Amino acid sequence: MHEWEEQLRALLSNKRVFTELADRYSYSFDASFGEHLPEVVVQPKTTEEVQTIMKIANQFGLAVTPRGQGTCLSGGPLPVHGGILLDMAQWPKEINVFADDLIAVVTPSVLTADIHAAAENYGLMYPPDPSSAHVSTIGGNLAENSGGPRGLKYGVTKDFVIGLEIVTPEGDVMHTGGRTIKNVTGYDLTKLLVGSEGTLGVITKATLKLVPKPPAVQTMMAAFTDMATAGKAISKTLTSGVLPAKMEFMDRACIEAVERYRPSGLPTASEALLLIELDGHPETIKLEAEQVKQILVELQADPIITAESDEEAQKLWSARKLVSPAIATIKPTKISEDATVPRSRIPEMMDRLKQIKEEYQVELVVFGHIGDGNLHPDIMCDQRDEEEMIRAEKAVAEIFRAALELGGTLSGEHGIGTMKAPFMEQEMGEVGVSMLKRIKEAWDPNNIMNPGKIFAEKGQKLVLRDG
Amino acid sequence: MADTLKDMLRYDLTFDCVQCGYCLPVCPTYETMERETHSPRGRINLIKMVAEGKASVEDLKQPIDKCLGCMACTTVCPTDVQYGQLFESAKHVIDEYEEKTFVQQKTEHFLFHSFFPSTAWMDQLGNATWLYQVSGLQKAARGLNVMSAAPLHLGKFEQVLPPAPSPKERHARKNRLHPDGPPKAVVAFFTGCVMDSVFFRQNEKTLELLRLSGAEVQLPKTQTCCGALHAHAGKEPEALTLAKENIQAFEEKPVDYIVNNAGGCGAQLHKYGELFAGDPEWEQRATAFSDKVRDITEVLVELDGLEFTERVEETYTYQPSCHMTNVQKVKEPPLQLIRSVPGVTLKELDRPDFCCGSAGIYNITQHEDAMDILDVKMKDVKRQCPEGIVTTNPGCMLQMKLGVQREGLEEEIDTVHIVDLLMKAKPVTKQAAKA
Repeated sequence: MHEWEEQLRALLSNKRVFTELADRYSYSFDASFGEHLPEVVVQPKTTEEVQTIMKIANQFGLAVTPRGQGTCLSGGPLPVHGGILLDMAQWPKEINVFADDLIAVVTPSVLTADIHAAAENYGLMYPPDPSSAHVSTIGGNLAENSGGPRGLKYGVTKDFVIGLEIVTPEGDVMHTGGRTIKNVTGYDLTKLLVGSEGTLGVITKATLKLVPKPPAVQTMMAAFTDMATAGKAISKTLTSGVLPAKMEFMDRACIEAVERYRPSGLPTASEALLLIELDGHPETIKLEAEQVKQILVELQADPIITAESDEEAQKLWSARKLVSPAIATIKPTKISEDATVPRSRIPEMMDRLKQIKEEYQVELVVFGHIGDGNLHPDIMCDQRDEEEMIRAEKAVAEIFRAALELGGTLSGEHGIGTMKAPFMEQEMGEVGVSMLKRIKEAWDPNNIMNPGKIFAEKGQKLVLRDG
Repeated sequence: MADTLKDMLRYDLTFDCVQCGYCLPVCPTYETMERETHSPRGRINLIKMVAEGKASVEDLKQPIDKCLGCMACTTVCPTDVQYGQLFESAKHVIDEYEEKTFVQQKTEHFLFHSFFPSTAWMDQLGNATWLYQVSGLQKAARGLNVMSAAPLHLGKFEQVLPPAPSPKERHARKNRLHPDGPPKAVVAFFTGCVMDSVFFRQNEKTLELLRLSGAEVQLPKTQTCCGALHAHAGKEPEALTLAKENIQAFEEKPVDYIVNNAGGCGAQLHKYGELFAGDPEWEQRATAFSDKVRDITEVLVELDGLEFTERVEETYTYQPSCHMTNVQKVKEPPLQLIRSVPGVTLKELDRPDFCCGSAGIYNITQHEDAMDILDVKMKDVKRQCPEGIVTTNPGCMLQMKLGVQREGLEEEIDTVHIVDLLMKAKPVTKQAAKA
């Protein structure tokens, strides 16, 4: 047994230190691509344990990769340098809502959906709502700066974090931010850490901002015969003074896939489908719904459906929820991207995606949170078909290039991880990346904290085949 | 070799898993064992690794053995991964690859070839249980604590077994029952193996409920064990042989439904069609069989022929069988029946779909793990403060009884099969139905 393994076992007992192959393989993947075996999986349950683990890692030069429940789509929790895999999902779950302060203090293992439920008990809401909220941990959401459909009105995870407890790569504990909404003391380390993808430290506690839960919601659906008009509907709505909570989009390929998978009466002749949710006071959203409807009518959307009950609203949303299973029937391997563009450039981006689909002959479908420009171009392919995977890799690179050329970003809500690292310089420039690297070097002098993420290694390219 | 292993493990099916992790929150073993290795996603990944030669069959054994096979994961999977097929093929491969001692081989051969499929043996089990209970041996054994030394924790289960009927009672059963009026349906009853020995009285009640509801009931003589235990133990060929015997037995006379009262057996009977997919001789016959399979609760609701003459003023909670919920997809009929009993207050569990840990013979082979899962279940039960627990599967019934006993609540909570509860309310044939 390695000396480090002995030390870890002395600290955590055999029950929380795994070195067997079956266990190591079980932590070698996430919901993205690639397979990387850690040397050991450990399950810390206290901040002190994390501190000691970090000290052992520094002493023996072992990489440390924190992981929630592994729902990440960009490779954040993959132990690409082996070493220690920190399974944070078994940490004791604690959610303390301080309703008078409109905050919740949570531990990293808490499921995001459970925070929603706890906040709701006080008539409050934690707005970030990644689609995986019922399975992803808040620790992972914080690390990857997750988003969700409500991002349009409310923003992403970083907009709702006001304080953190973290263990630094050298094993010290530090606190950032606090419990106040206004806090301008010093550099904003909270925002630096949220979205740092586990490269700057291990999050062990977080203070989250809550907002009053809107008393009512109104769902609407509208279909368009061309993308340009759908684009106009989006910009006209957003400049009309109404800010919907969600504005979701499905392209024709998604609509057809859903209808094939589970017929829901969607208009299959349409090129674009918009799902809009307004939230707020019942009287207000009634007026706003009228206003939005007016815009949709003027643009000749057909049909336009305004949900009259919760049940009807659920039915409309179920079509959106069916997209993932429906498109999975096209081909088994799903490359889920989240390239995001300024909202005025959405129609152009859609054109570029169409070209990419044709040029590389890939099954490309588009859906996503179009109200904030956050598209999910998904390429459906088959991992076993190498030739197809090479075409898919090229298509993905083209998608990134298109988003950046239109003034957008590589990632709206999934993070960079291993998947997008090779493209960082294209977005941030040489100086930008170099500044990030300097921060990383200052925080983590031995480069043990989740190495291999965000920053591309020399010659690293996007590879979706065999890890 | 690698290619064969890929075929045997259904490697192709593993690609349907996009590793999203949506199965994690519903998996009982992921919850109690607290590691990805014991989650559906982890197991599917390991099957893939073994098929690719990156890990060995030995590495796969424990994660697969510790799966309850409750199939809760299949109900939330967004890409419809055929976990059941992957699980059973993995069991089969493990069984094939395992080097077993002579005694192990002999024991397994006896259990799977002679014991479960044999009516004679099941009679013996029933008779032995009866003899054991009435002869005073049970009392003596309990007094001396002999059973606590029994292997596989059988002692704990022995204490919760229902009183067995006498051999005379067992052999007095007729093979055909007629309703009082003209029959509304003709059904064949699947007696089950353990069900018909240890739970003979529940079978009797089931038959009577069917009869009272207006069904003519037949009991095909040559029927045998459903094969679920074999399939779950990786004994695929044996499971197929038993399936063929049952298909033949139930083909003899035309019936509307093939009725069972054990969630686990019902799930296996439902799968016969799938088992013979692509088999020119058997596929059609097996599908015809599976299409007729119904749980007792479905048939009772459909016939709607019962009227209750006595109130049962008690609070019950309902523990649904996983195989009934997740494989047969029967959820509403049992609840409907419980609610139809006058006087009964039904308090549903917070997490009814969480397995109780019985899972075939899991509670014997993986006893400690099954008890951890049972503890989670019992916390939920205690929150509801019921006077009784209703189940739809003999395995769940025993397990829940054990749970009640472990909590020291035998005096407060009665555990019954749904047919017990219905009979308690003294059902008679509905008048309207009679006319």
